[in-house]
Amino acid sequence: MTEPLIYELSSPGRKGVSLPAVDVPETTLPEGLVRVELPLPEVAENDVVRHFMRLSQLNYSVDTGFYPLGSCTMKYNPKVNEDMARLPGFALTHPLQDPDTAQGNLAMMYALQDWLMEIGGFAGVSLQPAAGAHGEMTGILIIRAYHHDRGDKGRNKILIPDSAHGTNPASTTMSGMDVIEIPSDARGNIDLDELKKHCDESVAGLMLTNPNTLGLFEEHVQEVIDLVHGCGGLIYGDGANMNALLGVVRPGDLGIDVLHYNLHKTFSTPHGGGGPGSGPVGVAEKLVDFLPDPVVGIVDEGDEDKPPLYGLITPVKSIGRVKAFHGHFGVILRAYTYMRMLGKSGLRAVSDYAVLNANYLLAKLRDTYKVPFDRICMHEFVAEGHWDDAPDIHALDIAKRLMDYGFHPPTNYFPLIVPEALMIEPTETESKESLDVFIEAMLAIAKEAREDPDTLKSAPHKTLFGRMDEVQAARQLVLCCRPSYLDKPDNK
Amino acid sequence: MTYIPHTDKDRQEMLAVVGVDRLDDLYEAIPENVRFPDLNLPDPISEMEVTQELQALSEANLEVFHTSCFLGAGAYNHFIPSVVDHTLRRNEFYTAYTPYQPEISQGTLQATFEYQSLMAQLTGMDVSNASHYDGATALAEAVILALNHHRGKRNKIVISPAIHPHYRQVVRTYTQGMGLTITGDEKCETEPKDLVKMLDEDTALVTVQYPDFFGNITDLSALGEAAQASGALFCVVINPLALGMLVPPGDFGADIVVGDGQPLGISLSYGGPTVGIFTTKDKYVRKMAGRLVGETVDSRGQRGYVLTLTPREQHIRRDKATSNICTNQGLMALASAVYLSVMGKQGLRRVAELCYHKAHYAAERIDALKGFTLWNKHPFFHEFVIKCPRPVAEINERLLEWDILGGYDLGQEYPDLKDHMLVAVTEVIAKEEIDDLVAALEEVSND
Ligand SMILES: Cc1ncc(COP(=O)(O)O)c(C=O)c1O
Repeated sequence: MTEPLIYELSSPGRKGVSLPAVDVPETTLPEGLVRVELPLPEVAENDVVRHFMRLSQLNYSVDTGFYPLGSCTMKYNPKVNEDMARLPGFALTHPLQDPDTAQGNLAMMYALQDWLMEIGGFAGVSLQPAAGAHGEMTGILIIRAYHHDRGDKGRNKILIPDSAHGTNPASTTMSGMDVIEIPSDARGNIDLDELKKHCDESVAGLMLTNPNTLGLFEEHVQEVIDLVHGCGGLIYGDGANMNALLGVVRPGDLGIDVLHYNLHKTFSTPHGGGGPGSGPVGVAEKLVDFLPDPVVGIVDEGDEDKPPLYGLITPVKSIGRVKAFHGHFGVILRAYTYMRMLGKSGLRAVSDYAVLNANYLLAKLRDTYKVPFDRICMHEFVAEGHWDDAPDIHALDIAKRLMDYGFHPPTNYFPLIVPEALMIEPTETESKESLDVFIEAMLAIAKEAREDPDTLKSAPHKTLFGRMDEVQAARQLVLCCRPSYLDKPDNK
Repeated sequence: MTYIPHTDKDRQEMLAVVGVDRLDDLYEAIPENVRFPDLNLPDPISEMEVTQELQALSEANLEVFHTSCFLGAGAYNHFIPSVVDHTLRRNEFYTAYTPYQPEISQGTLQATFEYQSLMAQLTGMDVSNASHYDGATALAEAVILALNHHRGKRNKIVISPAIHPHYRQVVRTYTQGMGLTITGDEKCETEPKDLVKMLDEDTALVTVQYPDFFGNITDLSALGEAAQASGALFCVVINPLALGMLVPPGDFGADIVVGDGQPLGISLSYGGPTVGIFTTKDKYVRKMAGRLVGETVDSRGQRGYVLTLTPREQHIRRDKATSNICTNQGLMALASAVYLSVMGKQGLRRVAELCYHKAHYAAERIDALKGFTLWNKHPFFHEFVIKCPRPVAEINERLLEWDILGGYDLGQEYPDLKDHMLVAVTEVIAKEEIDDLVAALEEVSND
């Protein structure tokens, strides 16, 4: 099934695209600055189309089937979003054109800021961050700037529960702050006693994921927030799990001071094989002035005959720019389309059915798979992928075997606090039928684990590729197809 | 309910299995005083209505198809072959996520490996990662790599003023908690050769743009040598399209090359999403941020691809990771890989030369106008600076009457360059459009 590399399809002199002739007098090229070799492939348009078409067919995707990848909210990506993002009036606008000539863009962005504020319970939103992790760094820098602005420069610690996603501690380090890990208690909540030990005047804030990565709503959320606020720290909310909370609770009402949304999770924008995403940040009143530069604002209210005039505004104490231009406009526009269509009732229904689907799966699987923290979950839950009477079977084997049944596996080995974790997030866009087929597969695999473990250990069998040798990949490190690569006989 | 397939019967049956009566009962863990807020959001509308609304909103914008666009400054209006978007629209590409399960993700993995290969070769470097958010954040990550390379012992970054202002701002935002000295960009006329004097034992990284923000292309080998002598890493911010004709930074000693891939087949889309390019030498690969795809074999002996060297990344190393990046710009990287494939060796060179010739024709004609002078003292690529007889904003407002989107007002970011316009000319601009611009400028300067 191996598809040749695009370089292997290359033939000297072949062209892929027709281009116009030069219609102006030519200028001599700058001496000494012109390259001699340009080692790019030479292929026909048809070669390119077939090559990437065939590659696409080696992928599993949301549009192929059920993709319960926990923490990633792999919901259906509406097709109309794609069309709206490609409308020429949007797709062909230049980021530096005069804002007066981009009022359509700015009006859309302003409305989205507004809706995100309303959903999150915040006083301001920046659409600039490119993804969740980028939003986290933005938020931590905002927290840092807030303390510094008040002359409180000794706060250098960010408290992070051990169940948190890896980006939380990584974003903290990148923001020049120190990470203090807080353990979870026996019910999967933040351990309050441990937390108390760390609450002092060196704390800048705490990063809270709620629902947490076990899919559980923190049972002591108010105590946690009060403890941190009590010692002068702020609360950062990792909003990766907002799919459970739309119209259900506003993080700002709980006392969360700054939070990132993942438009590529909650608001249906596609994941693109790894990106792009978009990670807007919402903040409480006291942090509005620190938002990244720029935010969309109204510069002239207008009146009955004149619509308001929107502009790009630099917040007075802004932490600065976090990326060039104005955020991932194309992604923002897709999320806008989705939110505009769903509206208030539709967004609430998203959470209701996401939570219902997760609890339905949990109810059907809990007798077969161990669920370490078993109570009503939110939009996802974590099971353990091993059994005492099938000692050789690991979460990885279950994941690989699920591919044979036609599914994308759940997230494995995260969160780290559950051994052999299988993190399952169905999302609201899956029907009961689709969940039932998945349940059957999960039950069949549990049976196979006892009766025919070898089939699991050597899975997948029905996919076009088998398990990959990851050790060889790391040892031999071939990261790039160099010219010498093509000469090696075993690569032909 | 839009995109929710459940019937009433489904809901009843599922609630019964869960053991609750109503959907609301699923939320008992949430404090009652804040549960179910009444949100002030619009009511739902249909797909048909949303398309009508957005079509109308999009028409409130000026866009580059119905104007002649001479605005660049980091985002360029280029021709995009149809193949590119047809590939991006393949559902299996755009609705997949990060290829954590290689057996069912070879499409994304191999395409990313090809992207890495194309970028490494275009820039003349050994390796490329799978992408950053954009050119600006890629530059910030280069700074962090350099700091880590020197294990925190060097704390100075020398940065050219001719790097895109947004990129320099992003570097400062990223590093505000790190106690660094960032210097070199105080005066707009500072040239690469002037930066040599600023390199010292505390310098972790020196960085310049090529072609620079003002369009200039200069020989950077002396700076590369000076960097090496001082032990500082040398990072070059590129426009990847210009490398269709220019000597790649790998040839003059770059340790890291970053840039924005937007010119390679990605629509302007008001500035995003694009793709951040990051390539470097083999010796820095373990310090590099972001995902990397490597080649291997599967259990059946077939060539295949996987994410590799993951111990650098946040999901393994957490607070010790080289970066926090998780979601990247996968689909945009795919766009640029398809673009480079279909353009190929001859096509990319051709596009670069078309830009070059047209820009020079435009510069020469504008320079000949009374009151307008070409400011560049070096060869330039497809962008150049014009000193204008009037404020740029005023000129641009008048140009709009001619359906011309004028150049970037440099005075906004460079106080010394008040009344200076940065003009970009790409291959999509026809000679007649340049002639129109010249006629319009002449008229504007006369009234
Ligand atoms: C809980 C959680 N937090 C943060 C992130 C990081 O978000 P992103 O990948 O958009 O950077 C993720 C991503 O998977 C996540 O699951």
